[in-house]
Amino acid sequence: MPSPDSGTSAVVRPAAISAQGWGWRHAGRATQAIHALDLDIRPGERVLLLGPSGAGKSTFLHALAGVLGEEGDDADETGSLLVDGVSPRAQRGRAGLMQQDPETQVVLSRLGDDVAFGAENLCVPREEIWKRVDEALDDVGLRNSAAGGFALDHPTSALSGGQKQRLALAGILAMRPGLILLDEPTANLDPAGVLEVRDAVGRCLDKTGATLVVVEHRVSVWKDLVDRIVVLQPGSSSEGGSTPAVLLDGDPDTVLAQARDMLTAAGVWVPGYVPATRPRSGATGGGELLLATQELAVSRKRARRRGFTTIPPVPVQAGLDAEVLAGQALTVTGPNGAGKSTFALTLAGLLAPVSGTVTAAVGLSDGAGTDPFKWKAQQLISRIGTVFQEPEHQFVTGRVLDELMFGPKHLGHGEDRVDELLERLRLGHLVDANPYTLSGGEKRRLSVATVLAAHPRVLVLDEPTFGQDANTWAELASFLSELLDAGTSVVSVTHDQEFSSVLGGTEMRLEPALQGASRQEAGAA
Amino acid sequence: MREALSLRSNNALLTRANPLAKFVSVFLITLVLALSIDLVSASTALLGELALFPLAGLTLRLLWQRGWPLIIAAALGGWSTAILSADSGRILLDVGIWSISEGSLQLGLGFMLRGLAIALPAILLMSCTDPTDLADALAQKAKLPHRFVLGTLAALRLVGLMAEEWQTIGMARRARGVGSHGSPMQRFRAMLGQSFGLLVQAIRRASRLAVTMEARGFGGGPRTWARESTYSRLDAWVLVGGLVIAAAAVLAAQSAGTWHFVWLKQG
Repeated sequence: MPSPDSGTSAVVRPAAISAQGWGWRHAGRATQAIHALDLDIRPGERVLLLGPSGAGKSTFLHALAGVLGEEGDDADETGSLLVDGVSPRAQRGRAGLMQQDPETQVVLSRLGDDVAFGAENLCVPREEIWKRVDEALDDVGLRNSAAGGFALDHPTSALSGGQKQRLALAGILAMRPGLILLDEPTANLDPAGVLEVRDAVGRCLDKTGATLVVVEHRVSVWKDLVDRIVVLQPGSSSEGGSTPAVLLDGDPDTVLAQARDMLTAAGVWVPGYVPATRPRSGATGGGELLLATQELAVSRKRARRRGFTTIPPVPVQAGLDAEVLAGQALTVTGPNGAGKSTFALTLAGLLAPVSGTVTAAVGLSDGAGTDPFKWKAQQLISRIGTVFQEPEHQFVTGRVLDELMFGPKHLGHGEDRVDELLERLRLGHLVDANPYTLSGGEKRRLSVATVLAAHPRVLVLDEPTFGQDANTWAELASFLSELLDAGTSVVSVTHDQEFSSVLGGTEMRLEPALQGASRQEAGAA
Repeated sequence: MREALSLRSNNALLTRANPLAKFVSVFLITLVLALSIDLVSASTALLGELALFPLAGLTLRLLWQRGWPLIIAAALGGWSTAILSADSGRILLDVGIWSISEGSLQLGLGFMLRGLAIALPAILLMSCTDPTDLADALAQKAKLPHRFVLGTLAALRLVGLMAEEWQTIGMARRARGVGSHGSPMQRFRAMLGQSFGLLVQAIRRASRLAVTMEARGFGGGPRTWARESTYSRLDAWVLVGGLVIAAAAVLAAQSAGTWHFVWLKQG
């Protein structure tokens, strides 16, 4: 714990925000991303910003951080947006911004250097920088020796997602900003990581008194930490723009009570609200055996060549026995780094087992051999479909309809199912759109639909509900429960307990492997 | 790859030298070797470099693990030079169209040793230099624009990520029915598609990283440096070492009469 007199509170001057009729149109867009925003935030206030996607929340945060680019490059600014009465662009370091993707919140490869980066850019003298680095790492709990803290030269690539976000927070704190901006800081994290980051933010705000603006779909995470909720709505400026950007504004309880229905309708995760889903109708017991693993050891790494010797990778999990039954859900759970996705990808015939076997039963293999990893891609997709965590990784064409037709066209059958999927997953109005331009929820629905178009009997999903709003969540869960009842087998890797309880079935919990033990097993194999 | 670049376990003497000094030394040696193809200069330099190994924390085993593609390339280059170049002197081996003569063997050996002697300093430099420290030295000591240097450094970190992403996209596309099977043309097209996917992700990541850096006040303006890049007496020795190896190579070749500039006609 730093001594009280070295505290940041003496140095940090909380920032005030004032937006008057503010609007912004991105270059190349016809309408404004955010329109007619009137909002005053007092120094030290903590504000949670809600609203449907397309309400311009991220644009607002980027503007406050001064990284929105200059007006004039075909972009348009209306009204005024001031931080402490000055344009945010003119005061570097007054605000610190944390974004969603932990990988891109880290700049340098050593822990201490990364924290120092912002302070260096603000021309802080060297001795002062290292004082700040120590203090910031303490504040976010990465330097606390009791909790197994890290050395200054610890490689940042070895940190977990939650640790990376806390590192980013430390980098922001070292700049001593009066305004902290968080743009869905926990959307990519597991539940433990979410709390880690939330608590670190809370501690730092208590200490520095800085102003906070956070954008996040999961209200329950931030509700107790903020003292004001602002709900934004998309405003279209094409008709002269009569709708103001701010729909509701007030203390958390009042706003949530007033706007509960509206927020749930917009897909916001309001505390205590679990969207209605279609219940499983049939027996959740499961039928015919489709896929089984025996003594399976998995790793994402391939065997490495070191000169003339080949070194098998160290498995992240070993000795896994699992059975996948028709019409039954198998949920793979466990903390980050336990090898859940790696297991699922191996089960799905996408990664080679380090040792042990994945065996497809006759009912599934249908003449293609027993080892899914050896199947040709086209044999694979009509048997086991895999939906990746990042939908964009799976897009192979430039148009939604082509994307859906891709599997059936290559297989030579199943094109009739595409229309049904389009309608069922509400993609009908988007057939001509480019997949990359869809919203997060639309991308998720499309990625599920494209894989299902090939009619696989086993569906493997990697964190399908990550970062999804409540509406997409409910649709997805209902759709999968329908598929299960129809006899498809669904294997999902997830942290989402509500999701897995909708699907029913069995749970397989993976703990971070005892690396030593599994290494020996693999060595003997 | 990212683990391979980590220097945390390396406490050798040369890790403490200024990267710029090491860089200049390596440049000197490489320059001399690039000027002449001959056995004597290459083997002299090679001996000098091997002597430096312990100082950089390298062992022959580590060298083989990190540099085996380069070493094999050098050996292959030497071998093909030996069998393909014009014969001179006594013929040592004659198998149909391939023949090895004393002259061509010498040329081949020279080629191989030279390749090794040029590759080794680079491996030596990378195995005792942290990229961050190199960037510090380039910006603070060589006065290269810090916006460029630090931007490159941050991008370099993404390269490791992209390697993982390439694997993921490959799997994700196989799950869509795009396989690495089929005719060369089909494979080529699949590869093209995968590259496009990677490009999209790389651009997304890069622009998010750029926003992160900008939000931390990164730009063209003045900045301070948390890590001061300094010279010490060690760096003088590093430079002297580089000079000695380079000079020894030239002198040895001169006195043996084997030195000849690459751009002059042989003989």
